[in-house]
Amino acid sequence: MERLLEFIKQYKRNRSAVVGFIVVVLLISTAIFAPIVAPYSPDIQNLADRLIPPMWDAKGVSSHVLGTDDFGRDLFSRIIFGSRISLMVGAISVGVSLSFGLVMGIVAAYFGGKTDLFIMRIVDIMLSIPAILLAIVIVSILGPSLFSAMTAIGIVGIPTYARIVRSSVLAEREKEYVIASRINGSSNIRLMFVVILPNCASPIIVQATMGFASAVLEAAGLSFLGLGAQPPTPEWGAMLSDSLQFITTAPWMIFYPGVAIFLTVLSFNLMGDGLMDVLDPKLKDK
Amino acid sequence: MNLLEIKNLKTYFYSDAGVNKAVNDISFEIPKGKTVCIVGESGSGKSITSLSIMRLIDPPGKIVDGEVIFEGTDLLKLSDKEMRKVRGRDISMIFQEPMTSLNPSYTVGYQIDEALRLHQKQLNKKQRFEKVVESLELVGIHNPREKYREYPFKLSGGQRQRVMIAIAMACEPKMLIADEPTTALDVTIQAQVLDLMNDLQKKKGTSILFITHDLGVVYQIADEVVVMYKGHIVEKASAKELFADPRHPYTKALLHSIPVPGVTPRKSKLDTVDENVDYLSFPKEIR
Repeated sequence: MERLLEFIKQYKRNRSAVVGFIVVVLLISTAIFAPIVAPYSPDIQNLADRLIPPMWDAKGVSSHVLGTDDFGRDLFSRIIFGSRISLMVGAISVGVSLSFGLVMGIVAAYFGGKTDLFIMRIVDIMLSIPAILLAIVIVSILGPSLFSAMTAIGIVGIPTYARIVRSSVLAEREKEYVIASRINGSSNIRLMFVVILPNCASPIIVQATMGFASAVLEAAGLSFLGLGAQPPTPEWGAMLSDSLQFITTAPWMIFYPGVAIFLTVLSFNLMGDGLMDVLDPKLKDK
Repeated sequence: MNLLEIKNLKTYFYSDAGVNKAVNDISFEIPKGKTVCIVGESGSGKSITSLSIMRLIDPPGKIVDGEVIFEGTDLLKLSDKEMRKVRGRDISMIFQEPMTSLNPSYTVGYQIDEALRLHQKQLNKKQRFEKVVESLELVGIHNPREKYREYPFKLSGGQRQRVMIAIAMACEPKMLIADEPTTALDVTIQAQVLDLMNDLQKKKGTSILFITHDLGVVYQIADEVVVMYKGHIVEKASAKELFADPRHPYTKALLHSIPVPGVTPRKSKLDTVDENVDYLSFPKEIR
């Protein structure tokens, strides 16, 4: 409890991190309450109201705050529902990379020797393949869908987590409390996940927060390329690519989803920076 | 009656440079309820001996040969799972460095509870809590109920060492290995910790294997003394005999390198252990 208060106090010192945190909270709540917040259903087409500009434009109407797209769908509602998809993509792909990366890193560092060599060479191989290329390969095997995009992003992220976990476990493994716990009769599994892991949490939390942002960005990128979410899913990247042909006539169609992506990525990165300042003693009070 | 017998133990470390015979064919016994001290300079194999007893030698180290007989069973022949049951329940250990020997992520109580949870499964949560509080009291920690919930970073070095002892004693092991437990502490705290270990031994009848290079400490607590030098035992005797009549040249050199109040003349130079003498060439003095 005391530690939590101290944590909050230190975190608050970083203003931009607080802003990031507030935006993240807003995002998560919009995603949860999307049906309440959004004025329209994201998929309802109204061809009579095609390409209406945002309400502050001379031709805008107050019923469509950010205007409509080429099918007459309310842009504001689509962006709000899009937050659900982006956050889900972020959470699931970070979950995939984290769970695999964590186990690989911890096993490699704990057992060392040949196990370490074997796992880390796999990681090196994964790192040597360009992320987007690997994603395209996975998508072309599984077929373009949001699910394949998430899997692809998740797999691409594994090496980073594996390396971070490995390096922090290597540092902790030699500490005497690990031997002390071994002397108490702890098994290897217990030593790895109960004794050592909590002491490596800080860099992992920071990386997961940052990784969340890049996962959102990558998912938008894949969807933009047509490899991720398929229409009519209101995914921000897919919305961008849909609006390409209207870029001169209806620029709001491309601008606002872009802003949504930008804000999400920025806020998660700011939050990650703030967490790093507090959690990582090496960077503290620099 | 011997609780533990070590017979011809050999622990070697393999590297590209060759084989380092850290423990080279040593034998000694630890009687029930007594304190045996291993003394020797850095690198003499004291700590490796204790880690070998616990079977905590990691590669490139290896226990090459020998027997570690604990209550009639050879620990070196147990499976890993059986050995885990011996650790913490029958034999426990405390270390030199109290600052890093506690896990910073868990409360003091949780860590004392660990051995109980692993070895005394018949106890429920509340019984274990009471036992933890009791063991904190036993090692002289005030307000044990409040300290249970505290994290190690809040404790002083002496308190941490007490907690370490509480962890080691939680399951009332038959033997406690103490690897230089007082070296990192100042003299006052050191005396308190030694008293505490003495008390515990009297109360619980625990055998103690005490590893140190501090002959003053040995004089205070030892029943038997084993002098190690470069992986060998050069002299083995009861504490009384050893201090009254050291026979091996290395033991003599060790004893002459510390001042004795009232005996060593003021401002006189103390002897040093001569690096150039091969003390292994003298016959071993095993009494």
